[in-house]
Amino acid sequence: MSTIEFFLAGTLSAATIFLLAALGELVAEKSGVLNLGVEGMMAVSAAVGFVVTYETGNHLLGFAIAGVSGVIVSLVFAVITISFLANQVASGLAVGILGLGLSALIGNNHESLTIASTNGIAIPFFSDLPLIGPVLFQQNIVVYLTFALALCIGFTFKHTRLGLAIRSTGENPHAAQALGFPVFLIRYCCVAFGGLLAGFAGAYASTIYTPLWADGMIAGRGWIAVALVVFGTWKTGRIAFGALLFGMVSLGELIAQSMGARIPSQLLSSLPYIVTIIVLAIISTNAARMRLHAPFSLGEVFDGSESR
Amino acid sequence: MQFKLDRRVHYSKAMLIATPIMAVGLSMLVCTLLLLVLNKPVLLTFHSFFIAPFENFYSITEIFLKFGPLLLIAQALAVGFRAKVWNIGAEGQMIIGAIAASSVPVYFVDSTSAWLLPAMIVLGALGGMAWAAIAAFLKTQFNANEILVTLMLSSIALQILYYLLLGPWKDPMGFNFPQTVMFQDEALFPYLFDGARINTSIAIPIIFTIGIWLFMEKHFGGFRLIVGGLAPSAATYAGFSSKKAVWSSLLLAGFAAGIAGMSEIAGPIGQLQRSVTSGYGYSAIIVAYLGALNPIGIIFAAFFLAVLQIGGDVALVSADLPISAVHVFQGLLLIFYLATYTFVNYRLRVVRPITQATPKLTS
Amino acid sequence: MSNTPTTPLLSLRNITKQYPTVIANDQINLDVMPSSIHAILGENGAGKSTLMKLAYGLIEADAGEIYWQGNSVSIRNTAAARKLGIGMVFQHFSLFETLSVVENISLTMPGSREQLSKQIIELGDHYQLNVNPAASVHSLSVGERQRVEIIRCLMQDLKLLILDEPTSVLPPQHILSLFDALRKLRDNGVAILYISHKLEEIRELCDTATVLRAGKVTGSVNPNEKTAKELATLMIGHDVPSVTGRDQQRTSEKPLLKLSSVSVEAQDPFGTSLSDINLDVHGGEIVGIAGVSGNGQQELSKVISGELLSKLLAPNAINMINQPAAHLGAADRRRLGFSFVPEERLGRGAVPPMPLSKNALLTAFEKGMLKKGFLKKKAIASYTQKCINDFDVRCGGPDSTASSLSGGNLQKYIVGRELMLTPKLLFVAQPTWGVDIGAATAIRQRLLDLREAGVAVLIISEELEELFEITDRMYVINGGALSPSLTTSALTPNDIGEYMIGNQQELRETGGNHAV
Repeated sequence: MSTIEFFLAGTLSAATIFLLAALGELVAEKSGVLNLGVEGMMAVSAAVGFVVTYETGNHLLGFAIAGVSGVIVSLVFAVITISFLANQVASGLAVGILGLGLSALIGNNHESLTIASTNGIAIPFFSDLPLIGPVLFQQNIVVYLTFALALCIGFTFKHTRLGLAIRSTGENPHAAQALGFPVFLIRYCCVAFGGLLAGFAGAYASTIYTPLWADGMIAGRGWIAVALVVFGTWKTGRIAFGALLFGMVSLGELIAQSMGARIPSQLLSSLPYIVTIIVLAIISTNAARMRLHAPFSLGEVFDGSESR
Repeated sequence: MQFKLDRRVHYSKAMLIATPIMAVGLSMLVCTLLLLVLNKPVLLTFHSFFIAPFENFYSITEIFLKFGPLLLIAQALAVGFRAKVWNIGAEGQMIIGAIAASSVPVYFVDSTSAWLLPAMIVLGALGGMAWAAIAAFLKTQFNANEILVTLMLSSIALQILYYLLLGPWKDPMGFNFPQTVMFQDEALFPYLFDGARINTSIAIPIIFTIGIWLFMEKHFGGFRLIVGGLAPSAATYAGFSSKKAVWSSLLLAGFAAGIAGMSEIAGPIGQLQRSVTSGYGYSAIIVAYLGALNPIGIIFAAFFLAVLQIGGDVALVSADLPISAVHVFQGLLLIFYLATYTFVNYRLRVVRPITQATPKLTS
Repeated sequence: MSNTPTTPLLSLRNITKQYPTVIANDQINLDVMPSSIHAILGENGAGKSTLMKLAYGLIEADAGEIYWQGNSVSIRNTAAARKLGIGMVFQHFSLFETLSVVENISLTMPGSREQLSKQIIELGDHYQLNVNPAASVHSLSVGERQRVEIIRCLMQDLKLLILDEPTSVLPPQHILSLFDALRKLRDNGVAILYISHKLEEIRELCDTATVLRAGKVTGSVNPNEKTAKELATLMIGHDVPSVTGRDQQRTSEKPLLKLSSVSVEAQDPFGTSLSDINLDVHGGEIVGIAGVSGNGQQELSKVISGELLSKLLAPNAINMINQPAAHLGAADRRRLGFSFVPEERLGRGAVPPMPLSKNALLTAFEKGMLKKGFLKKKAIASYTQKCINDFDVRCGGPDSTASSLSGGNLQKYIVGRELMLTPKLLFVAQPTWGVDIGAATAIRQRLLDLREAGVAVLIISEELEELFEITDRMYVINGGALSPSLTTSALTPNDIGEYMIGNQQELRETGGNHAV
């Protein structure tokens, strides 16, 4: 693989982590729940996914159990925010702190171990094409599925009754309840779906993208995923684009090294965070646009009372 | 049978006090289960956590050493949280404060001036405030979410720290360790007792707490911030500036965190190194909440978490418990606190569906 | 009617619903016949809305039984209600702004969007309730939104339609066409439960009226056979209080509030931009701003109060008490002698979980409540106590939280707090929204007394009766623009209606004599 091919293929792979987590967060936010615990959910699942895969050698099993653990952590969040009406911001932070602690505890005996990497799926014919072949058609199946999922989620929100029900719950839970929608159930499901995808994102990071376990390996990617939802103004296409951008930025260190540039590595490591701040500032400036696209009840406690 | 939450007309003061206690109890319960799963000695672990820290004088002074920065940062964060300014980047503000303060002994290695320490305090405060000001500026000018910005700024601050420690500020005689020179005595807070690391910097959080209590409970400035947090439209209606609230909350936190960072490098650490914050910036979030965002409550919460940290060190040795277990316990504390806090404002009611045959009359 | 069926469509028996502070419904009995328009009459807080929410399955009764066509039923949720054939149109609509009309309807109706759109158009034509199915709800006027809600109910097999204060959002002309549609529905066999506190429209439209007072049924009458006064007495339990005023007499030469060509872009994408607003209020007069809600009232009130500042305005585009004020914030305008009572009491006019004393501090902090920025507890407490006494605020004392007060008492408290600032210019948005008649009369009387004392008073209200009762002049706001100044005594509600629906051009030519 040439450097450029390697770089582009890596971008796609790195973007998958961001995209999976961001899609999950998107679904939760569309239902009106702001779950800032993505980082924690990813960390726990990354540890669980790694340990299971390491012990069994079964990637699929590792992925599945990581997904389940993501759901479990997200349900902790769901219980305190949806049933116990706790502040969503503080609860997200709590879940984040708990998740980071748990992940370290779970991965305690597997620190710095590695597992065999998986091979991508080469799609016949297309994978032999120059440049785009290796980049687009020799990826891991998770990459394909993730981008397909983005399309599905976009379609669901735009064209299906389920999507409308979720959107209306996020816009005005009181009215949704008045129409007879099970607001609490919808929110629980959306948060759990977010947990599932965050779980897959964590597993992808620890078992496929960099098949090794190191404490703190999620390194803020969960937070960037939260930011991506804002960048994408709650639209799947733009979120996917943002994920690709961040996939590229996160490879900055590798590119710079390969080009022999003498830039302090710390600057390159900071790049994703710096870019996040800059993009966030640019996107958020237009308050009216944010208001137009953000789910209107996002982050608000809904206690099921019948009046506004 | 079903459970329902009914909003109380007045919040319950009793629940307000009971909530942190319930949170501690529930967290200990879950941790007991966790210890059983991990096959660790339960009683020994709890002994290490809650009794061992008080068994000798040195250990007690160590509790207060941790108590100081936790109290200082948590008091400031709580002010912001009450104003609904979500600064979760105290960690980064602490790092930059420590870096700014360290510049003095790093560049004036041989100075023995009495102005060394005061200069470091001022620079530490300014450094933390400058870092927080970035978030305040982006929030007020560009509407950028302060949660994400402060968090990202913490990660950047850490990279700046690494850069300095691996490059320009590395101690040339330090065997290539990522740390600066050890600071001269004039750059350090004087010890309170012989043989203990606790120093005079403990006065700062205590004075700060009194100031915050006066500000939040007795002063119009605190009132304005609280109104902004409880009812933003009412604050606008009254003419209280929301931008001012963002600026003052963030600058206050930057100030406190910066000084906390400074008092670490000018206290127990004595130099700038990678682990300068010990995670105080994040633990302080838990302290602020566990103290019900109340200046008095935070004193108790800070003390409790300081004990927990010392206890964690003890348990690491005595029960071979990984330090991450302390983080799990902290996370649980906050989660249970938030869940039980609901009962301050709501009352739990058991609802039985009314049957058609025997309608129940409530008199 | 000759073929009146004897089985009621809906019967409520001994329905009781209790909230922490009040019994909203106390042993209510009610029978609704098919093909009838049945009014539920009562003043704010009488328990009308609670009763209807019970019938629609939004809340569950603590006790009592519901019968549908003679059979005992339990309506556990709104889906169950719809299944029975019950539909409800809410006072604050349950539509989703970011969805289109047809998307909103598809949330509760099966079928493809094409089919549903066709049905929407057909039903709209039949009942004169036309609305574009593809339009986004946020682009619709309040009246159009109401049509969408009614159509949504009509698309199911509707037997009972519940309407909660449907005319409060309509200009007079549109009320008549709503009534036509409702009568047509009744003649097609639908029963209608019509909640209102407006006596005249109930007399005009309804076949039966059940009157509620303080959660109890006080009478079931044929409204056509009763005078409005008799109905009012049933509703409030004693004679209707009235306010006394005198003819207008301006006391200030110069206006105390003057807006000159004020245009402000809406901040909110769902808001209304203000265009070229010209308005003045003199001392010793009460000026009203009428209009259908959502036509820029929110924005205008924020521009006047200083909550919304536009850098694009010249400083004297807003002149307040002879000072250029366009760039002054809310607190600075208050310092000039301006006071404002906003329409939302909880969360804007008062901080819900804070005690009344702390709520006094919100705007009255410069009345000797601070010493070097520190709170003077005694001064705050005495101000609060005086306000409670002077304005007859029923509460548990200065330490009661704002959220524990009833709407009427909290409004009296906020009005009191603002009046104790002794303003030269007072601005009140929706002075009597959700307020019981006793409190409403007291508040209106206060406003008239202020006029007497030479204060300039500006009111925004959606209650035309109120504006006709106390104002000297009126403006009508429509689509973010203001009509010319109109003299109240020379106006009829229909004139105002013309301005509300935007026939200014026409009116300026034919009715120009109203303009001052």
